[in-house]
Amino acid sequence: MTSVEFFIQQAINAISIGSLYALMAIGLAMVFGILRLINFAHGDLIMVGSYATLMLLGAGLPFWLAAFGGVVTSTIAGLIMERIAYRPIRGAPDVAMLLTSFAVTILLENAAILIFNPTAKPFPAPAILRDALQFGNLRVASLDIVAIVVAFALLVSLTLFVTRTEVGISMRAASEDLLAARLVGINVNAVIAYAFAIGSMLAGVVGILWSIRVGRIDPFMGFYPVLKAFVASVIGGLGSLPGAVLGGYVLGILEIMLQGLLPASLSPFRDGFVFAALIILLLFRPNGILGSTEREKI
Amino acid sequence: MQRQRLYNLLTVALLLTVTLGGLVYTQLAASAYIQRIVVGLGISIILVVSLNLSNGFTGVFSLGHVGFMAIGAYSAAILTLPLALKRVNLPDLPGWLANVELSFLPATLIGAVLAMTVALLIGLSLMRLSGPYVAVATLGFLVIVQVVLVNWASMTRGSRTFSGVPSFTTLWWVWGWVILTVYAIWRLVNSSYGRRMMAIRDNEIAAQSLGISVVRSRIIAFCVSAFFTAVAGSLWAHFILSFSPKAFYFVETFSIITMLVLGGSGSVSGSIVGAVFITVLSEVLRNAERGISIASFHIPPMYGASQILIAIVFIVVIIFWPKGLLGDREIHFNRLWSLLLPPKKRKGGL
Amino acid sequence: MLRFENVHVYYGQVHALKGITGEVHEGELVAILGANGAGKSTTLMSVSGILKTRTGKIIYEDKDLTQASPYNIVQLGVIQCPEGRHIFGGLTVLENLLMGSVRRRDRSEVKKDIDWVCSLFPVLGERAGQTGATLSGGEQQMLAIGRSLMSRPRLLMLDEPSLGLAPVIVQTIFDVIRKLHEQGVTILLVEQNARKALQVADRCYLMETGSVVLSGTVEELRGNPEIERFYLGG
Repeated sequence: MTSVEFFIQQAINAISIGSLYALMAIGLAMVFGILRLINFAHGDLIMVGSYATLMLLGAGLPFWLAAFGGVVTSTIAGLIMERIAYRPIRGAPDVAMLLTSFAVTILLENAAILIFNPTAKPFPAPAILRDALQFGNLRVASLDIVAIVVAFALLVSLTLFVTRTEVGISMRAASEDLLAARLVGINVNAVIAYAFAIGSMLAGVVGILWSIRVGRIDPFMGFYPVLKAFVASVIGGLGSLPGAVLGGYVLGILEIMLQGLLPASLSPFRDGFVFAALIILLLFRPNGILGSTEREKI
Repeated sequence: MQRQRLYNLLTVALLLTVTLGGLVYTQLAASAYIQRIVVGLGISIILVVSLNLSNGFTGVFSLGHVGFMAIGAYSAAILTLPLALKRVNLPDLPGWLANVELSFLPATLIGAVLAMTVALLIGLSLMRLSGPYVAVATLGFLVIVQVVLVNWASMTRGSRTFSGVPSFTTLWWVWGWVILTVYAIWRLVNSSYGRRMMAIRDNEIAAQSLGISVVRSRIIAFCVSAFFTAVAGSLWAHFILSFSPKAFYFVETFSIITMLVLGGSGSVSGSIVGAVFITVLSEVLRNAERGISIASFHIPPMYGASQILIAIVFIVVIIFWPKGLLGDREIHFNRLWSLLLPPKKRKGGL
Repeated sequence: MLRFENVHVYYGQVHALKGITGEVHEGELVAILGANGAGKSTTLMSVSGILKTRTGKIIYEDKDLTQASPYNIVQLGVIQCPEGRHIFGGLTVLENLLMGSVRRRDRSEVKKDIDWVCSLFPVLGERAGQTGATLSGGEQQMLAIGRSLMSRPRLLMLDEPSLGLAPVIVQTIFDVIRKLHEQGVTILLVEQNARKALQVADRCYLMETGSVVLSGTVEELRGNPEIERFYLGG
């Protein structure tokens, strides 16, 4: 394999992973933008969707239908989460909301342990998705292609949504200035519900793709993805949708690069390096790459 | 002012007497089970009060403090591990470390100073961040610590259990440190330093305009808090005697934060109240997890249910008492003292 | 059209409005004057439903607004242009204006109204594709007012439209306010700049620490020593 082919291979890998991070990060960014809430429990929506899909598969549904059902379940779970845990504390200080999301995470994870088992369950994906395609010397996992295509489609739809539809523009308005949004007559409750619904739907999709990639699911599967989604969001600038997308791909590229560049003895430390890189980034750009560099004005 | 100082002295005397009395009773008359709980409670109090110094009083919302606990625990345990065990369990330790065996206090202090140094280093980069960025960055620190612990197997045995830690922690060690920690942090919070910290927490820009160095105050609080957190880590390591990196991660973090939030961030006595409440509640629930029989009605064992209930308690508290049970007020015994020792009437008013 | 009946509003523990009573008749321009902290903005925020009235009633055309939610109040045609502009910085001028029309039922008229607003404030038309954050202070204020107008307000409430702006821009804005008044829009104007307010108003209320201390028509108030003090002091 030539170095060009190697590079392309790695690039596809990076973009595929980056797509998953980007989709996750968008969900976080939408909610953060409007509510200033860092929703840790976003990761558990991945878990909820995956377990729902598994159960539907067990009930005999074809994969595509089960996956669809899983995404719907994530979406509903997200909406319920918003209504029960987050709406009552709206207006509370940021840390209170962050901590509440921790509590919701613990609740969901332990509930999953009780209902299913703490041990991982295999996730049966249809053969096409587990295969790889050969292009000469290149071996491209079909899952990577699916992930990239799905992400692209979703990103395009989302962009159209937030720039062309009234609800989408209202969402952007609400994340700019919540008070002004209310004064203009935007139904903030509805807009927030939309943000959660879209974010949760994206989490559901990421969940399916992630589960196929890893091959099994367990109650704690959402923890690392949401952490990565955070990092992606922070890299790009919390609350910014384009920032979330940028951050997701930067993170994907960074991870693959580190994997390739780190000597074998240091490669288990890769995640540590990723976080160290994050902290260094924050030293120079305390608000992320696309975040404002201005200090807060009075 | 004279009166207040008298009251303060009385308060301290009362608290010390009650604490000592309680400890003596526990040592002599309580069961081993209760003794263990009281030790655990003391460690929790140190953790929560230290965390409060950073989160509650300076507004630096650290999610990574358990990382300092891990540094304290592992450093002290490596230093106190008997030489023979070191050869067996940690064969790859560097030479100078493999031949060292320290006693409890020096090992604990070294661990704490190490944690404090790390806090200083990361503090310098984190202190300019605000709100959610600090939280995510400190969470990053927690992950980095975890990754290092799991992978630096020559020092830590990696993800395998680190066992054979000498059982140095006693009721007296723990509560001695509790008293020291509470005293130190109380003094810090009520000093001019403390007032500066609270000014920063409440309004950073206004504080800066008054010439208060935001970064310096935050770093001091962060480092002091890391010091005591590491001490608690060491105490814990020599209590539980065997542990692995998993003990210093997310679940532990949430547990401490729940105690903090329940008691009220910004209140030292609140932290103590929160620690007591959650410790008791956890024990009760953990026993219930094994299944309860009420007459002929049997609730089956539900492991993990206690976590769910604590999470629910947390959510309920945040919704209804967002400032915690005590908010940022402290428990004062002034009214009690003025009842017992009524002030003399002064002629002509104050 | 709008009536306050002994309205009390609290900001947490602080008693911000202490029994406000007053009214605005259809077609009037009523000014609320007073120093900082007098409770002027609080009054508008309680009409808009952002702040809750603890006791008392705010009646708009026979409807009690005190329990209504902000977006329903906007639907009734009660529109506030808040203090400090509060435009959507990341949205374009056009998107800002569109946001003003979210509650309207007659979507077909929206395009016409955008043209009308741009005829009142030509600079907005010039900058239609720019984001709000790139506008100057005066332009942002014009955008804020324009956005309020997009809701076809029956009662328009303006909070300190002249704050921090150069005299020339202030004049432009007040010319538009006068034009709207002539077209029959009912206006409730909060201002610290008493001189400009009295030039356009029909009646005034003077507020001090949460209560109305003086009220009357502009003729009645001219020459009133309180107002004189307020001119020089406020």
